Amino acid sequence: MAFVDYYKILGISKTATEKEIKSAFRKLARKYHPDLNPDNKKSEIKFKEINEANEVLSHPENRKKYDKFGKDWKHGEEYEAAKAQRQRQRQSQSSQQGYSNEEYSDFFESMFGGGRSSYSQGRNPKYKGQDYNAELHLTLKDVYTTQKQVLTVNGEKIRLTIPAGVENGQVIKIKGKGGLGINAGPNGDLYIKFIIDNQTLFKREGNNLYQNVDLDLYTSILGGEITVDTFSGKVKLKIKPETKNETKVKLKGKGFPIYKKEGKFGDMIITYHLKTPTNLSEQEKELFKKLQKIKAQ
Amino acid sequence: MNDKRLISTQTLCSHYNIEISFVDALNKMGLIQIQIIEQNQFVHHDQISDLEKIIRLHNELNMNLEGIDVVFNLLKKERKLRNKLNVLNNRLKLYEND
Repeated sequence: MAFVDYYKILGISKTATEKEIKSAFRKLARKYHPDLNPDNKKSEIKFKEINEANEVLSHPENRKKYDKFGKDWKHGEEYEAAKAQRQRQRQSQSSQQGYSNEEYSDFFESMFGGGRSSYSQGRNPKYKGQDYNAELHLTLKDVYTTQKQVLTVNGEKIRLTIPAGVENGQVIKIKGKGGLGINAGPNGDLYIKFIIDNQTLFKREGNNLYQNVDLDLYTSILGGEITVDTFSGKVKLKIKPETKNETKVKLKGKGFPIYKKEGKFGDMIITYHLKTPTNLSEQEKELFKKLQKIKAQ
Repeated sequence: MNDKRLISTQTLCSHYNIEISFVDALNKMGLIQIQIIEQNQFVHHDQISDLEKIIRLHNELNMNLEGIDVVFNLLKKERKLRNKLNVLNNRLKLYEND
C-alpha cells in the first residue's frame, strides 16, 4: 500500500489554509467531475483522488492526523488504536452510507476507515446508483445475425439480445443494471459498448459491405462468369466484356442487416481489380505481340 | 393519475432534499420539463438522470443554473461529435490496409 500525498494531489503546499484547500479542490473538481467527463475513466480516477484528498485535508482533525502519521502510517500507537476503533466502527456501520469503500484508496481506509467523513453525513440525499460501462467484443460474423448472450455483471446474470446490424462502437443502455442506488435511490444503468472485430473479406460502412474481387485479364476483356462470397453464401456474377479496372457493381440486399429492421439489408459493393498475367510462356508472348500489331494497324 | 412514468415534483423534492423553487427554476430554464395534470406538477422519469446530474453539479461544484445549462449544451455537442467520430473511424477502416 503506497503513501498518498494529498497535498500534491490538490497541488497545494503543506502550509495551505482551509480557504486554499477549498479553492484547490473546487478548481480540480470542476475539471475532473464525472458528470463533466462522461465515459472518461482517467477523470473518474482523478476525481476520486481529489475527493479523497479533500475529505482528509478539509477537516482539521483528519489533516492533523494525516500530517502526523501520514508517511509513517504503519507505526505509532495512535494508528493501532485507530485501527481497532475502525474495525469496531466498520462492524456497526449501516449500509446507508453514500459512497462505497471502493471510492477510497487502501491508504485512506488504513488511516480513516472505509466510510465517508462528516463532509457528507449532514446531507443524506437519495441518488441513483453508479452507471456501469462495459465492453462486449464480437466478430462481424456474430452481428450478422441477432445474438442472445448471457452476461454476468457483479454476480448477476443478464440476458441480452443483440439485434443484428449493431455498429462497431455503438453503446446500448440497460436500465437499472448498474450500481445499487444510494440511500435507497434507483439503481444505475449498464452501458454496453460493442467492439466489433472484422476478420472477413468484407469491409463495412453502415449497412453496406465492400469487397474487392480480382478479375483475370481474359474474363475482363471477353466477359464471363465468376463466383463471389457474400455473408448469405456464394453468388454467381456475369462479367460484361471489356470490363475496366476498378469497375464497381452493386449487389442489392447482399450487405449487412439494418439494425432493428428485421429482414432488411444494405448492399454489397464489389470493386473489380484487374490482374495482369505474369510468367508468360513464349507462345503467350507471341500471341500478345500479334494482338499488339493488330491493334496498331 | 395512474401513469407510473410521471413523478410528482413534491416527491422529487422530498426525495432529493431540494426546494420546489429549484425545480420551478429548472423548468423555466428548460433544463427539465414539468407536466401539469389536474393542477399537479409532474416530471417524466426519463428526466431523472438529468435532474440528478443537475443536483450534483449544483451541490458539489456550486454551479449556478446558467452554468449548468451551458454545460448540458456542450455535453450534448460533445456526444454528437463522439458519435460522428465513431462513424468516421468506422469509415476510415474501409481505406486501411488497401
